[in-house]
Amino acid sequence: MRQLFAPLVFLLMALFAFAPVYIASAPYESTMGLVQKIFYFHVPSWFAMFTAVFLCGVASVMFLVRGDAKWDRVARSAAELAFLFGLMGLVTGPLWGRKAWGVWWQWDAKLTVALLLELTFGAYLLLRSFAGPGSEKLAAGLAIFGMANVPFVYYAAHLWRTVHPTTNVVPTLVAGMRGPFWYAVLCYMLLLAALLTMRMRIEEQHADLDRLYLESDDQ
Amino acid sequence: MRAFWRTAWLIVRKDLTIELRSREILAMTTFFAVACILMFAVAFVKDGRALLDAAAGILWIAVFFAGTLALGRTFERERHGDTVRALLLAPAPRPAIYVGKLLGMLVLLGVTELLVVPLIALLFQAPLFDHLLLLVALLTTGTIGFCAVGTLFAAMLVRTRGRDVWLPILLYPITIPVIIAGVRGTVALIEPEADLVMARFWILVLFFFDVVFVTLSLWTFEPLMTD
Amino acid sequence: MKTLLLSLMLQPGQSEFRPVTEIPASEQLPSAPLLIAAYAFVWIAVFAYVWLMWRRLGKVERELKALSARVPAKR
Repeated sequence: MRQLFAPLVFLLMALFAFAPVYIASAPYESTMGLVQKIFYFHVPSWFAMFTAVFLCGVASVMFLVRGDAKWDRVARSAAELAFLFGLMGLVTGPLWGRKAWGVWWQWDAKLTVALLLELTFGAYLLLRSFAGPGSEKLAAGLAIFGMANVPFVYYAAHLWRTVHPTTNVVPTLVAGMRGPFWYAVLCYMLLLAALLTMRMRIEEQHADLDRLYLESDDQ
Repeated sequence: MRAFWRTAWLIVRKDLTIELRSREILAMTTFFAVACILMFAVAFVKDGRALLDAAAGILWIAVFFAGTLALGRTFERERHGDTVRALLLAPAPRPAIYVGKLLGMLVLLGVTELLVVPLIALLFQAPLFDHLLLLVALLTTGTIGFCAVGTLFAAMLVRTRGRDVWLPILLYPITIPVIIAGVRGTVALIEPEADLVMARFWILVLFFFDVVFVTLSLWTFEPLMTD
Repeated sequence: MKTLLLSLMLQPGQSEFRPVTEIPASEQLPSAPLLIAAYAFVWIAVFAYVWLMWRRLGKVERELKALSARVPAKR
């Protein structure tokens, strides 16, 4: 992965430079007009976040089962990125909602799940930053429980109220919008991969550092 | 299996015996719950009457807050006597320890609810007792859901610094579905025209939450509690 | 497209949705600032994060270098 990092960054820069042009060329959506273009950044943010959440959950399970610190590093890096992409989704969403719904926020199923996942991962990051040694297992437990929580929150809030466009918006996109949309998804996934590689490198360096400190203590 | 339940029962009996002798946690928890309710009552009453949704919300929030306090105190007691290590070193299945602690918490919170529910019915003129059986089912499933997650997290936090602050930070995001289901279910019960179908539906949601999270806790208690 | 999207958005069980066109004109917002704000936020978030990571990585690497200079290599 590390050898691929530099080419990945260049590829990403090229892809992102072309993205605005491509998105601008997509047809206008007739009811929402210009503001609909937020969609090309908003939905891929959530795709990336859910990928990161899933990675974090799986890595946490592996860490608990295997006890290998490598999995813990993956989980921590993925959690940070889940928070970052979640923040993008949470900020771009209301900007669109204000125009399309007339309000900034709705207690809709998807919005509630999004906010809650963001909250859970906020707690996760707080724990990793401030709870000191021994917080790895706690954090792994939190990530697993947070993942198991998603269907419940979704279902509960769905029963309660729902206004968010349904998930069949994506498969039913008109041809002109489909291209830019999947292009944006590709960009986001590559961005996630690049950031994860970078973040993992920091964790590995930290692990090296801790080991060196221990070695110097031994002498 | 019999050994499992025997261990769990021994832990419940131990916790309840200590509690019956000192009555510390129960006294603190119920007092805290009452203080919470009074605070909310003052904050949310409008024109001498409370909003109906507020009564349901305050009931559940009071139970949650009091529960957090009780969870913290139970494990603080174990830590103080340094008996956690003894418990974990005992040749007993770890999940049985978890189940014992969970049952003890349920009894404690159940007693607190016995006081909280009439108080809310009185202060907010909420017809909480019209469908008593459904309310009991709602409170039972909701409390189990809250305690299932809470007991696991409180146990994990025993060795962490600042555990009293961490418990709500970790616990509340995970138990949001319980709050939504509990409050919506209670509102359905105390509405002028009670929506019993909806209330039963929320009880079902809580029941599934309990099944999933108790199972998950039983699975993860062992790996999470080992160093 | 309009009818398709409206039918998608007006699922049963939703009572809160009002199409933009029904909102009084004074409530309607221009789209461009919202769009620009959304895109700007995403870019700022990515760059801020990368910059923070860059600094953290630099710090760790410096510390690592300083330490390995002090500790005789026995790896």
